[in-house]
Amino acid sequence: MTLRRVVVFGVMALLLVPFSAMAAGEGEEEERVEEGLEIVTWWTAGGEAEALAALIDVYRQRYPDVEVMNSTVAGGGGSQARGVLASRMVGGRPPDTFQVHGGAGIIGTWVVDDFMEPVTHILEDNDWMGVFPEDVIEIISYEGEIYSIPVNIHRSNVMWYNIGVFEEHNLNPPQSLAEFFEVAEQLQAAGVTPLALGGTDGWEPTHLLESVLLAELGPDAYRGLWDGTTAWDGSEALAALSTFVDMLDYITADQSAITNIDAAEYVAEGQAAMTVMGDWVHGFYLAIGLEPGEDYGWMPTPGTQGNFIMLTDTFGLPKDAPNPTNVRRWLTVVASREGQDTFNPIKGSIPARTDADRDKYDVYLLSAMDDFARDSIVPSLAHGAAAEVGWMSSINDVVTFLVEDKDIETAAADFQSLADQYVR
Amino acid sequence: MSSATQTWKTERAVASLKRTVLYITLVAFAALFLTPLYVVISTGLKTFQEARLAAMWSLPPSVSLQAFSAAFTRLAPHLENSFKLVIPATFGSALLGSINGYVFSKWRFRGANTIFALMLFGMFIPYQSILIPLVVFLRTIGLYGTLWGLILTHIVYGIPINTLMFRNFYAKIPDELLDAGHIDGLDLLGVYRRIIVPLSAPGLVVVVIWQFTSIWNDFLFAVTITQRPGVQPITVALQNLAGSQVIEWNVQMAGALLAAMPTLVLYIILGKNFIRGMLAGSVKG
Amino acid sequence: MIRTKRDLTKAVLLVTPSIVLVSIFVYGFILWSLRTSVSAWQGIRPDYTFVGLRNYIHLFQSTRFQIDLWNTAYFTLFFIATCIVVGFVLAFLINRNIRGEGVFRTVYLFPMALSFIVTGVVWRWMLNPTFGVNIILENLGFPSDWGWYTDPTRIGGFHVALTSLILAASWQFAGYTMAIYLAGLRSIPYEVIESARMDGATEIMIVRKVVLPMLRSITLSAVVVLGHISLKIFDLVMAMTGRGPRFATDFPGVFMFETTFTGNRYGEGAAISIVMLVMVALIIIPYLVHVFRQETHE
Repeated sequence: MTLRRVVVFGVMALLLVPFSAMAAGEGEEEERVEEGLEIVTWWTAGGEAEALAALIDVYRQRYPDVEVMNSTVAGGGGSQARGVLASRMVGGRPPDTFQVHGGAGIIGTWVVDDFMEPVTHILEDNDWMGVFPEDVIEIISYEGEIYSIPVNIHRSNVMWYNIGVFEEHNLNPPQSLAEFFEVAEQLQAAGVTPLALGGTDGWEPTHLLESVLLAELGPDAYRGLWDGTTAWDGSEALAALSTFVDMLDYITADQSAITNIDAAEYVAEGQAAMTVMGDWVHGFYLAIGLEPGEDYGWMPTPGTQGNFIMLTDTFGLPKDAPNPTNVRRWLTVVASREGQDTFNPIKGSIPARTDADRDKYDVYLLSAMDDFARDSIVPSLAHGAAAEVGWMSSINDVVTFLVEDKDIETAAADFQSLADQYVR
Repeated sequence: MSSATQTWKTERAVASLKRTVLYITLVAFAALFLTPLYVVISTGLKTFQEARLAAMWSLPPSVSLQAFSAAFTRLAPHLENSFKLVIPATFGSALLGSINGYVFSKWRFRGANTIFALMLFGMFIPYQSILIPLVVFLRTIGLYGTLWGLILTHIVYGIPINTLMFRNFYAKIPDELLDAGHIDGLDLLGVYRRIIVPLSAPGLVVVVIWQFTSIWNDFLFAVTITQRPGVQPITVALQNLAGSQVIEWNVQMAGALLAAMPTLVLYIILGKNFIRGMLAGSVKG
Repeated sequence: MIRTKRDLTKAVLLVTPSIVLVSIFVYGFILWSLRTSVSAWQGIRPDYTFVGLRNYIHLFQSTRFQIDLWNTAYFTLFFIATCIVVGFVLAFLINRNIRGEGVFRTVYLFPMALSFIVTGVVWRWMLNPTFGVNIILENLGFPSDWGWYTDPTRIGGFHVALTSLILAASWQFAGYTMAIYLAGLRSIPYEVIESARMDGATEIMIVRKVVLPMLRSITLSAVVVLGHISLKIFDLVMAMTGRGPRFATDFPGVFMFETTFTGNRYGEGAAISIVMLVMVALIIIPYLVHVFRQETHE
């Protein structure tokens, strides 16, 4: 073998690996161009998964030729899915459309950095601008364009309680934070865990904290936390943190090891009396065969009456989506009355549209719809509506320490320095 | 009875007592090591209702394949992905490793040892330290999110250890054999093809088993590079299975066993070679 | 050995592809990470604006990262110690003409064939506080209210929850130390031990004065191999415990992944990865130098 042949051999070997891989990669590319629709969500199980399947069915009936790929990523109440999504978007392989929380979740994370296409025309073309409330339109808009289509509204500040436990101990569910502490004390004395709280996914204590912040600060000052007009280390916020820490005396012992659903299950089984969690808990209770109003009751988190902490699941259109036409059709289905009235009764959430068919919704959802129409609406922190994902994950870290160390001064200082960093 | 036989008898008694204690210790350790396996199999053979709470340690009341079939339905595509990943990645990096090993063991050009050492460092680095550039790079060449991207990654990061293993293996081939080849007019590639490759089988088995196992078991690269469920290998799928809201322990345990099966079978059939690979992995051959 | 100059050139060319690949994928990417770690990149879109050591300063000020470093230190220490002690004992016992040696060896070593994900999933179930080994402990009359990986207790800087991870990781790797010690024991010439015995040395003295010194270099490589595994631990934590209560089972690898891919803070994530690299380099580089010196001496 001559030297030249060896050189050729060497160069070929060097190129072989990436090239053969690239050639194969192109094959993959071709496969991807097939008319399909990949939807990424973290709705993996139970009512959520069924609701999504029903919504996809509506789409399939209208567009039977499109092959819908339902990509769910389990774990972490969406945090795993968001991680996966970030890698895919940075890696230039976006899905066609994905579930994303309205508010900072879509705007701060994706829109500001120019990853998304505006979808304003979907609402305009169908003359639907008027059927979505302004509070909702506002948090999905950036510089005059709408960037995602909300499919539902969830409420975060709901306290779920076991009616049997309260009756057995002759107690009424607490309306105010002061009443909460009285009731909690008596339940504790009677050997019932007053408040079930989860923690495996890192955001559960933050979810409780946002209710407490709202209760102590009121809606205006609460909104101010996100635009820099309310100080995190001011006396009001410190009072809220102090209340939050006091509540921790009444929580489940294995907090860090259970999920929010486990916590809800503790309440269902009567091991615990109450839990503060979003209204997906309602869907979970229905799924395990409980009767609303008999087995379990609900009310706004004590001290937050008249306020509605909102989070909304939305779908958007990424810039490099492989099948943009199919996505636009999907978003139209999502925004349609039929789509929303199909999805939400199964998911256990209320529609983002105001013209829903009330006959399709159950007793809890009707009460939430009424509150939504009446209440003061603020965005949720723990679910990516109020703060962008980097801020939110840092806040979760601080809360994790607060739960164990109960050091409110340090936490307040940390929260404030995060706000300094993230408020634009 | 003489005192000598007395001593001899006591010694024998002590010795046999020692042996008994020895065996008891070994068996106790073996039981300890096998406990997780027992839990996996017995839980995997239970139904959802049986696999809850207090019943964890008891044998399944009746053998149910429900969990295994549920796990298999969900994991089968990912098992397939893992095979599609592991086979080309293993042989690709073994080929490069064999060529390098040959050169570094028999053709020590100036600086060869330094280059080899620099290469070896690549097998110890925490892959986190190259993860962000890797993602950006794979995106640039259009392989991000594909199995081929993952294959390329495993081939490249498999080079150092494969080179090491082949180098140590080829070092044992006597130089005289190669000299004979040269005298017969073969050049270095000729020697590689005619003499080295035919002698490579035992080394290749070790390398292949080792690579197969480590690539099959990899999680970090897989979870970062393959994001679409359609291309995810088994480790990522198993982790996702565990992340579901309502944890079906029986399905998870069955899934864990399915995920472990291929490497476990390799290990049981070819255990000796597995150990050789492992020893080679600690740098000294 | 017969070498022509021409062949030597070819030899260099043959390894060139691998050298190029490793230079890019290892060294080039490390430099790239280093560059990212001093950049402002936060959010999805890359942003390489130079910000000096800001990310590192931020990192070392963060309580979570300090916890991670302590966790790494404790985990490494106890994990290596457990593997070495158990591994040596098993090797020593097995080396005594045991019937069924192969079976024992296979049993002790089989966890090595498994993925950390499998190990994590299984051990999370076994150490589950409500229905794991606690039930067995209860039946045997031992204290049975252990929180395992859910226990936020700290003793000094040591998080008790780490014990669960140490157990699982040692279960997986004790067989490995057994195997290398066994290979080492078998390489000690029988005459050496026999002559010590003739000189009247007791078993324990033989172990201490003859066997252990001869296994020193094996212990060193065990420490290095196990050490670099524990410094970059990620899979096992993800599958088994997550970050744990108050980050009791958090590690730099997990923090890096979450910061980068969940929090979109790429600059900080890169900084964590560089710190991890430095920790590993501190044990690996001296070791590689040592090994290569030895080889040139031989």
